[in-house]
Amino acid sequence: MATETDASEEIDWRSDASSAEMSPRERVRELYRRWIYEPAVIAWSDGRTRIGILILSVYVLMALVELLGLWREPSTNQAGRLLTPFESMQYPLGTTQSGVDLLALIIDSTPFILLMVLAGGVWATGIAVVVGTVSGYKGGTVDTVITSISDFFMAIPGLPLVIVLALAFSPENPIFLGVILTINYWAGLGRSIRSQVLSIREASYIEAARTMGTSTPRILLKDVLPNLMPYVMVNFVLAARYTIFASVGLYFIGVLPYSGQNWGVTLNNAYNQGGLFTMQAFHWLLVPIVAIVGLTFGLILVSQGLDRVFNPQVRTRLTGESESIEEESDTTTTGMM
Amino acid sequence: MNYYLRRTIRIPITVLAVVTLTFGLIRLLPGGPFTQLRVQLLQQGVPAEQVDARIEALQNIRPDAPLWQQYLDYLVGVLQLDLGESISLGTPVIEVIARALPWTVFLVVTSTVLMFVIGVLLGAIQAYWEGSTFDTVFSGGSIFLMAVPYYIFAVIGLFFLAYQFRLFPTGNAVARTVETGFTLEYFINVLHHAALPIIAFTIGGIGSTALNMRGNSIQVLGEEYVEVARLRGLADSRIATRYVAQNAILPMYTGLLLLIGFRLGGTVVLEEIFSYPGLGYYLIEAVNANDYPLMMGCFLVITVTLVVAVYIADLTYGLIDPRISAGDSDGY
Repeated sequence: MATETDASEEIDWRSDASSAEMSPRERVRELYRRWIYEPAVIAWSDGRTRIGILILSVYVLMALVELLGLWREPSTNQAGRLLTPFESMQYPLGTTQSGVDLLALIIDSTPFILLMVLAGGVWATGIAVVVGTVSGYKGGTVDTVITSISDFFMAIPGLPLVIVLALAFSPENPIFLGVILTINYWAGLGRSIRSQVLSIREASYIEAARTMGTSTPRILLKDVLPNLMPYVMVNFVLAARYTIFASVGLYFIGVLPYSGQNWGVTLNNAYNQGGLFTMQAFHWLLVPIVAIVGLTFGLILVSQGLDRVFNPQVRTRLTGESESIEEESDTTTTGMM
Repeated sequence: MNYYLRRTIRIPITVLAVVTLTFGLIRLLPGGPFTQLRVQLLQQGVPAEQVDARIEALQNIRPDAPLWQQYLDYLVGVLQLDLGESISLGTPVIEVIARALPWTVFLVVTSTVLMFVIGVLLGAIQAYWEGSTFDTVFSGGSIFLMAVPYYIFAVIGLFFLAYQFRLFPTGNAVARTVETGFTLEYFINVLHHAALPIIAFTIGGIGSTALNMRGNSIQVLGEEYVEVARLRGLADSRIATRYVAQNAILPMYTGLLLLIGFRLGGTVVLEEIFSYPGLGYYLIEAVNANDYPLMMGCFLVITVTLVVAVYIADLTYGLIDPRISAGDSDGY
């Protein structure tokens, strides 16, 4: 981590020892500055991230509205049939063929979708990080065993497996569904994290830590993981994106069990009940599409800026210490779909 | 051991593991293998032995045999390409799959190659003109494309181009009136039917490919060996292809392995939307009809196709990365 002031430069290399001398209050303030204030400032300074954060907060707001019950529940014949958006301000996004308020439909399933996306992302990246770092750092038999297992999971195409599993387990709980959807997503990600760890492992500071007798979990946590963070965060977003795409796609073709409607089911209904044939029903098709694309777009925009948050060079530039640092390159990651 | 040899030996092992998984999944499915069907037939007054015989014919599994026996029977059946009989279609599963597989492979291969080529070209041009208006516009466009799932392109394309303007057919792989054969008419008809799915599937992947290529190229352009090559006075075209492009594509090539998997799996949704008679379409039809033999057959064949596709991709990997054939496969 680069330096903010001369004082911190001095304590940087043995920061663990020095932080013990700080009073608890100072420590909290330091943690706040380092983990919340600075990342927030850097993230906000990037135009793309700012838009991304704004978009995501709209979704969080929608989830809050649903949880607090501030908008009407969707039910049939609550309004006229197939009202177009903004035709009546009471139903701003229009209604479906059976007179259901589309905005209510979208809001109704926002908490479900957000929870599912979070579960999918956390599960996929969590497993991948554990598997990737352990197998990359440990090497030997552990590596061989883990690599063979993830090779096997990589050999199974995700969606067909999810379809068969969904038939067996009928997942309706959002968290369980998120896990099922990314059941083998971790394998590929774990593999690429492994190869990153392989190169980090050879770095001299890791070797130094090893020579000093630092324990393996500590090296992994303190020295290896921070280097992986940008990559992991970006891939968290990609995993979340995959979860949205997969779930909506499978709801859309009607192979996931559901109770009540959600974005994918709405899309399915619009598609199967005439949304395709007439222009009058096009908004019915469009509203869930916008909801899906908006959420993913917001996530991707945020991830584009996260790269900067974890980049120590950008942080240094923020404090105005160094002007000599060249423009950071946009290292966009992985060819994952 | 030789890389190619080692890679080849892994195939039967992976396939065996996949067959085992399929067997396990069949047992896992609600009610176990054909419990429902069995109860149904017994209620209709069919004698128990006949019921068992019928189920054995459907999925080469004998419900009354011990588990290991069932597993071995299933293995032998798969080896003999006997995947059971489809309940809903009344034909052997392998026949259905033999008809469906080429369509799926056609879709995936064409669209993946198109996506890769277009994405790489776009990304390379963006990197070359980094910071230009072209770059800004296309980077923004790529980020947006990444946020749109391919089936949305499929639905919108179907809505406008097929249903509203009637430029493309709304389903099937070939018109019924056209006879199969090596005729120009057949060929054009196939392309006409496949155009929309392929376009939707291609656009859906261009965004991330272009962004990847752009990032990699910018990184490579900053490397010292590129500078040295310039100082040596090498031709620009040689630098662009041999020095920059090759090294920028290399990391993406390893991702191709995963990409094929995601895309092969993705055909399930794509083919269902376009009623395109590939493996994914039959998989969904089988799920909806509770046709377990067909469903597991499709699942098995999709997986084996992926294993073979990745194998082929891995073999060509040696062509662009000389380290691989030298036996160092740890690098990726």
